[in-house]
Amino acid sequence: MSFFSQDNPLCHDFLNGAKKALDDDRLQAQLARSLKDGFQKKRLKGMSRLPEYEDLRDQAKAIKAHTLENLDTYLEQFEAQVIAAGGQVHWARDDAEACKIIIDICQSVNAKTVTKGKSMIAEEIGLNAQLVANGIEPVETDLGEYIIQLRKEPPSHIIAPAFHISKEQVADTFHEHHLKQIQGRDLTEPTTLVHEAREELRQKFINADVGITGANVLVAETGTGLIVTNEGNGDLTQSLPPVHIAVSSIEKVVPTLDDADTILRLLARTATGQEMSVYTTFFTGAKRDTDLDGPSQFHMVLLDNRRSELLGGPLHDVLSCIRCGACINHCPIYAKVSGHAYGWVYPGPIGSILTPHFVGVDEAHLLPNACTMCGRCEEVCPVRIPLPKLLRIWRGRAFDAGHPGGVQRFGLKLWAWFAKRPALYHTVVRPAVGVLRRLGKARPFDLPAPQGGTFMDRYKKGER
Amino acid sequence: MSTARTEILARLKAASPSSVRPSTPALIPKRGQAEGQARTDMFVEEAVYGLAEVVRLQRWSEVVDKVTQVMADAGTDKLKAAPHPKLQDLDWSGVEIAYGRGQDDDLVGLSVAYGAVAETGTLVMRSGADAPATLNFLPDVHVVVLQVSDIAANYEAVWACLLKEHNQLPRTVNWITGPSRTADIEQTMLLGAHGPRKLVIVLIDEKA
Repeated sequence: MSFFSQDNPLCHDFLNGAKKALDDDRLQAQLARSLKDGFQKKRLKGMSRLPEYEDLRDQAKAIKAHTLENLDTYLEQFEAQVIAAGGQVHWARDDAEACKIIIDICQSVNAKTVTKGKSMIAEEIGLNAQLVANGIEPVETDLGEYIIQLRKEPPSHIIAPAFHISKEQVADTFHEHHLKQIQGRDLTEPTTLVHEAREELRQKFINADVGITGANVLVAETGTGLIVTNEGNGDLTQSLPPVHIAVSSIEKVVPTLDDADTILRLLARTATGQEMSVYTTFFTGAKRDTDLDGPSQFHMVLLDNRRSELLGGPLHDVLSCIRCGACINHCPIYAKVSGHAYGWVYPGPIGSILTPHFVGVDEAHLLPNACTMCGRCEEVCPVRIPLPKLLRIWRGRAFDAGHPGGVQRFGLKLWAWFAKRPALYHTVVRPAVGVLRRLGKARPFDLPAPQGGTFMDRYKKGER
Repeated sequence: MSTARTEILARLKAASPSSVRPSTPALIPKRGQAEGQARTDMFVEEAVYGLAEVVRLQRWSEVVDKVTQVMADAGTDKLKAAPHPKLQDLDWSGVEIAYGRGQDDDLVGLSVAYGAVAETGTLVMRSGADAPATLNFLPDVHVVVLQVSDIAANYEAVWACLLKEHNQLPRTVNWITGPSRTADIEQTMLLGAHGPRKLVIVLIDEKA
């Protein structure tokens, strides 16, 4: 099977990807179970435990809006504080620059292996491929990321990367890759799988030369970054090796620690329904002289990757995203096609807004169109991003760029031509309704038959 | 100054209007405002909701017995403890105790919490000479001693304390809410992913 990679998007192949997912009964059952009874129920439960949830959303939205208006100021403050705490700050305009900075740091300490905490930015810049190309072995430590790394697959969800894989598939993968374990051992229970992964990864944590993590939030007032994990993997990644590199995009900064608290009150609750992730780790600079552990070098890589182009433009609000995954968990399209069909790093509604920006509208024009405009994404977004509005902007841009082309475009133009001439339109539509009704009766499942006459006919008859 | 930095900041400056922040205080949920006994109860309730085990003791001196019991349950006679003066002052005779950072083969680790947040039953650990961060993650079972008087109502209160005591935040601040877990395999929650499989919070009434 072939998958997309960071530099080889398959967004143009969305329809095939979607079909493949729809034909996969196991995947369909798993999606139905994990989304509706999983993520969606958990979020509702989490919300019900906090009466101030809605007010916190307004507050988080305001924090993000203010920060984005002053992004340069807060980033400069953040930078100064990181340096004051003994860290180094690196600025990267794009993916290639970010990878080069990270590889240069790794090579400066002769790193052979690096452990990695889960980071979507690392996926966005295609870091693993670059590390491998430079002879450095990346070891993913989040269980989901680890599983898909072994299987050479990209993530299918931003907070649950192995969302699409069954426990039987995980067992097969472990049998294939964990060669030091007893052959033919029983891996039917998920508990056994978790313990085996823990055992396999423990030594890698300890032996790694460099630890690389992302950051969920950056705090300007103290130069602090933070990650949230449930496993403790990102936390070991940044406390065991002598060098910690954190890579984050520039819009993750907030002014104060109290602002970070507000984001954190929403993040886990919205994502998994937890009160708080098990581990929230705040890191500020490098190890202090009297500390017993921690990295002696700390590097913060700040990535733009054309986010500055979004600032102040029509898609500005997408920069408020805190990557909780709620829009993905509630999207009826994602619930059917899963993550890989989207053909690039970010799936679901948020992905359909981000991806065209990163890979271009010619590649990704199908994504904003793979949407029913049901509005659930906006309803559940903890920072109230108007996702359907932003998707509509991409639809417009896609159309301007000539997508869709051919018959569809001709059809739309034909319809528009008629729609602008109401009398003619009604004359044509009336018999068409009759034809559709007959067709619908013949093939009731493919084509729902129109009920009664045209809307205008029924309106005139006084039916309302 | 790197060109990337100059370019990115210039682009941001040009695109964002810059504004003065309206002074709205952080919204602290009601359950993050509990006082006295209610605050302690809130902490215990939420910590247990997060699947931590909470044990209440009167005095520091009782910690040794409790830890010995946890060690027996874990099937080990070795203890790795943070070199914290309050732990070093206890009478550990009969226990094979080592002080220092966490290591791969630690089965039971013992730390002292800097503080805690009642709102979500969260422990607050900070790194330092008496508190290695690795000890929070490497042991199979993590025992954390917390004084009732160190429980804050909300996160904001803990930050205020930390910033008052330090010019700069410590290298690492770990919020811990329950034992390590994962739901990465078919969304089934399982304990003990990479961090401790079990988190025991020993709550002490006495203020040392």
